Amino acid sequence: MTGRISRDGAKSDVLVSIEHVVKEFKVRSARLFARTKDIVHAVSDVTLDIRRGETLALVGETGCGKSTLARCVVRLHDLTSGRIIFDGQDISSASERAMRPVRRRMQMIFQDPYGSLNPRRRVGSIIGDPFEIHDLARGDERIRQVRHLMELVGLNPEHLNRFPGDFSGGQRQRVGIARALALRPDLMVCDEPVSALDVSIQAQILNLLGDLQEELGLTYLFISHDLSVVRHVSDRVAVMYLGTVVEVAPVHALYTHPRHPYTNALLSAMPIRAAERAGDRTEVILAGDPPSPMDPPSGCRFHPRCPRAQARCAIETPVLTRRLHDASEHVTACHFPLADGESLVSEAPAMALS
Amino acid sequence: MTAGVKADIRVRGPWTLALERLRNDKAGKVAALVICALVLLALLAPLFSRLTGHGPAEQFLDIGLSPEGVPTGPSRRFLLGTDGLGRDLLVRIVYGTRVSLLVGLLASGTAVLVGTVVGIAAGWYGGVVDRILSRAMDVFLALPFLVFALALVAVVGSSLTISVTVIAMFSWASVGRIVRAETLSIREHAYVQAARLLGASHARIMFIEILPNVAATVIVYTTLLIPGAIVAEATLSFLGLSVVPPAPSWGNILSDAMAYYRVAWWFIFFPGAALVVSTLAFNILGDSVRDALDPKLDHDSGAAHEATP
Repeated sequence: MTGRISRDGAKSDVLVSIEHVVKEFKVRSARLFARTKDIVHAVSDVTLDIRRGETLALVGETGCGKSTLARCVVRLHDLTSGRIIFDGQDISSASERAMRPVRRRMQMIFQDPYGSLNPRRRVGSIIGDPFEIHDLARGDERIRQVRHLMELVGLNPEHLNRFPGDFSGGQRQRVGIARALALRPDLMVCDEPVSALDVSIQAQILNLLGDLQEELGLTYLFISHDLSVVRHVSDRVAVMYLGTVVEVAPVHALYTHPRHPYTNALLSAMPIRAAERAGDRTEVILAGDPPSPMDPPSGCRFHPRCPRAQARCAIETPVLTRRLHDASEHVTACHFPLADGESLVSEAPAMALS
Repeated sequence: MTAGVKADIRVRGPWTLALERLRNDKAGKVAALVICALVLLALLAPLFSRLTGHGPAEQFLDIGLSPEGVPTGPSRRFLLGTDGLGRDLLVRIVYGTRVSLLVGLLASGTAVLVGTVVGIAAGWYGGVVDRILSRAMDVFLALPFLVFALALVAVVGSSLTISVTVIAMFSWASVGRIVRAETLSIREHAYVQAARLLGASHARIMFIEILPNVAATVIVYTTLLIPGAIVAEATLSFLGLSVVPPAPSWGNILSDAMAYYRVAWWFIFFPGAALVVSTLAFNILGDSVRDALDPKLDHDSGAAHEATP
């Protein structure tokens, strides 16, 4: 884990560069006959690198834009502005045709194992899709490949004639993984791959993902709101809040000394065993809800809820940089980062809500 | 049905399950039997003609009409009586079944084909394509059916082809709207996004991912469209806009009967009954098919037989 991180610096080490990516959605105004359209700022100026072979976790609350960002990376969404560089190639404005060869190299595992498989098609045919679309294998050869994939993800290859409805959630997720693996991708975006599964099944799927990464040298962009899962699987973590990345750090550094007050609050909300709750761990529950992405706050987007906010936070947008004495890969976007071992003491916002 | 069940008989796809449910539906079974009987009647129409020795347009002015020139009632010679020109009503109704079923199936088949393709295309592409296709559907839904049919027949003359065309023209738009709405919801499913991620073409997504999922709705709608088309054909031929006499159709028999309903009940009763029974059968079958394909039911049974790992 740490070995991978120490290799950073070399240009070719980066598989995907996310550069100043902005994604806005125009929504029709709620008012009847209104001419104006409201804009949802789902992702605002995110810059992030995904390194070859690592697992980069993207964490944050529901609606913080982590899924949108991931969908921008694989070009399920078109960007409003910014660039996505995949293995040296700018794909942010590539046409559907130009994307085809790139599609083979990036795949996705979806959150909902019930929605990600067409209920009217047999799983053998679903897993065979990648071969058919890219004309890689036909007939018996395709069936052989499908069986091989099913074995790889721990499914019984004899079940290739069954329908998705015949499988449990965990098995369906395995089918989705088999389909995503068929083209031997470099990048695998896992959009909350286990959050819809039973806890016992979660571990199986996470272990499978880990084994596959080792075996096939996959790079994962792992989206989750479950911090205990993230701690288990990832090498680095990027914390998102309301469309912006507020902190990026190696997993150990983030969990032991978070710099951003939001990260601190997020981590303190993580459920832990009573035995671990010894000592100074305090639970911080932030006041209020995240503001609407239709009208994000000025300056630091977290300032209306931040217990440490000062006047500067409302005016000046903090950038991701190294704070205090952190290692170079631990960057935080906060004017008043937390010191080692420090934790938020107040839960109330320091500034009156404006 | 494409059961496709080879070695593993436990594999029951959504379609197989729907068919099984349909088999357990009594009303649906009766309706299906009635429809089969109608189809048989239509196919075997010449046999009726041969057995009775009466052609569909053959007049029996001596025995088929009373001395006053009134149709004769059901008898051993004429099982369902005769019509105003002394023709055997049974043979004419049986031949009329051919017209009704042919028009009903052809018109609704065409409508469903066009409506499905247009609906999926509008729903999938969205944007300008959707706007153009949706407006086209609006136009066809807004045009008055009978006025348009009258005008068209006045220009090109009446024929079976024209009635099929006109009926299909006024039915596809409603199919298109339903399919479009369904497509709009299906396109948001993760499996469609997965197909896009794999680099699937538009055609592939529309016909392999979306079509099987709108098929249930389309099938239900087809079975409910057929009786409408049959009634529409009867309406057109009642007004003399469809098949050319002396060729029989339920509509023009009813039209002929209008002059005699006070003296010859059978003349209006039997073709009317044929129309009612056939449309009722298609409607009931449509209801059963809808129940069998109901996604809610589908869900429950899907959860009930969880596969063993």
